[in-house]
Amino acid sequence: MSVMELISANAPALAIAVPLAAAFAVPLVARAGGKARNAWALLSFLVTEFIVLTLGMQVLSAGTVVYTLGASVPSLTSPDGFPIRIILQVDAMSAFMAMISATIATLVCIYSLKFMSKRTGLEKYYALLLVMAAGMIGLVTTGDLFSMFVFLELLSVSSGALIAMYAKGESAEAAFKYMAVSSVGALMVLFAAGMLYAQYNALNLAQLASAIQFTTIDKIALVLLFAAFAMKCGAVPLHMWVSDSYGEAPAPVTAALVVASQAGLYSLFRISFTLFGAVPATELLGWAMIALGTVSMFVGVTMALPQKDIKRLMAYHAVSQTGYMLLGVGVGLAVLTNPAAMAAFGFDAMRGGLFHVVNHALYKGLLFLTAGAVIYRVGTKDLNKMGGLAHSMPLTTIFFIIGALSIAGLPPFNGFASKLMIYESVFLFSPVLSVIAMLVSILTLASFVKVFHSAFMGPKDEKLAKAGEVPAAMWIAMGIMAVAIVLFGLFPDVVIDAVITPAANALIGQAAYIGGV
Amino acid sequence: MIGIHMLAVMLLITIGFSAVIFRKSLVKMVMGIGVIGSGVNLFLVSLGYREGGIAPIFTGASTELMVLPTPQALTLTSIVISLAVTAMMLSFAMIMHSKYGSADSRERRLRA
Repeated sequence: MSVMELISANAPALAIAVPLAAAFAVPLVARAGGKARNAWALLSFLVTEFIVLTLGMQVLSAGTVVYTLGASVPSLTSPDGFPIRIILQVDAMSAFMAMISATIATLVCIYSLKFMSKRTGLEKYYALLLVMAAGMIGLVTTGDLFSMFVFLELLSVSSGALIAMYAKGESAEAAFKYMAVSSVGALMVLFAAGMLYAQYNALNLAQLASAIQFTTIDKIALVLLFAAFAMKCGAVPLHMWVSDSYGEAPAPVTAALVVASQAGLYSLFRISFTLFGAVPATELLGWAMIALGTVSMFVGVTMALPQKDIKRLMAYHAVSQTGYMLLGVGVGLAVLTNPAAMAAFGFDAMRGGLFHVVNHALYKGLLFLTAGAVIYRVGTKDLNKMGGLAHSMPLTTIFFIIGALSIAGLPPFNGFASKLMIYESVFLFSPVLSVIAMLVSILTLASFVKVFHSAFMGPKDEKLAKAGEVPAAMWIAMGIMAVAIVLFGLFPDVVIDAVITPAANALIGQAAYIGGV
Repeated sequence: MIGIHMLAVMLLITIGFSAVIFRKSLVKMVMGIGVIGSGVNLFLVSLGYREGGIAPIFTGASTELMVLPTPQALTLTSIVISLAVTAMMLSFAMIMHSKYGSADSRERRLRA
């Protein structure tokens, strides 16, 4: 069997195993020097990215891929009549999320090569970054409630350590808060998994979804899971960890944390649509998601406006943008049982919400990386101490403008494409919500005008005059994101048809997910 | 039917939550998370327990009643993860103590 065949036959397992194995090899390779370590980390990320893209192509062209770990024939889900196995189930939604995670993680690695180069302990940094990637990919590809808990904890522990990378008091504080919230949330996921296991003797999502009776215990489990994953994606009122950890983590780690939160968002959708998709509470759940989304949008942006710390400001915007995704997909969930409404606007709202996931990963990642570039050159996060950077950092300025206009939802950037879909479809559902969403966009623009003005505009500052453009590795990573933002904004239909529509169908098609096992 | 082990589970989780929410000392918060973890672990193990069952080892097994193996496997994984989480959080508390001179959650520097 050729290498290619081996990869495509075992892609779901390799997508998790390669970054995990590579992570533990980093300290070993680092003994051969910094160059070898960087090359190894980059190579591992590129291989992971390649495997995930192979998996993505496979899923998008041939449908759901099911992989049973430890089975002689991985595609058989219950070999030898032994049903309890760990099964990875990758449908279009999982593949979509896995591709985002792997791509952003790879770009973060490229950026880190220069950004982190003056730091010590880098073998641990790259090892943790690889573990984090494995956690994200595992969380979105697993078909099993217990592995979901394991990958969630893997993600939390590695992200927690990365947030505290600088080992300052503030970063330890942010990491402590993140870990406290995450580990209590993850324990509640485990508790809920136990409750469901006690009743149905299964941990497999598809098996549970087909058996679910919606007893009182199921309702408790649903609330625990919903709350835990809403926390993990940083929705208000469980957003307090976002501002601290995004603000204090090294800039590339923050960009990776954005996708980590989105893996939490994926789990929230998976639980609501697949696990509890057939219960009579989907409308209520949808409304809960819409409420969370609307509050997140509004509270996030109003908290962002007065911030003076560039990364903290962007962190609150991340909360606000997560609100859009929750709103869009929540509308779809609320009308899940109503085919007419689903066809009229629910499906478009969902596609808008999911399209916003990838757009957010790109523009928010780009914005955090430009913030990192500014911090790299200027050495402060305080907006009041910056100014006139457009003179010395033209490329970073251009990337910042692209990211800022995109997050504010201005054409021709990708933020506009997804926000327009959300506005239009949500307007048919409830005009008030759509108006709130537009208002939040305007406030977002106002806030980024402030950042642009205080950091980049103004006369050349003598103290900052030595600040030049950032090294190539950094602007290449930012440039790839910026190009993707423009392309996604110019040709949204291509992306929607190729990836977003199958992903939305995968979420709605609960029966297909159950049938996959 | 709620057995005594379920009461213990509820008690442990309540104690853990109250420690995480109401205690000001970071170390006590970490202990609270540990107690919640123990409560959940007890819940999992007691799910699989069968009165008079033997250890679930299949090699050369008789047809006697066995306790369920899956919850035990889950608990084992969960214990290992709690160890990692506790170690991490205590090291963060140590960093904060050495930089701020106290491990009190009210002595925070980050502002909303």
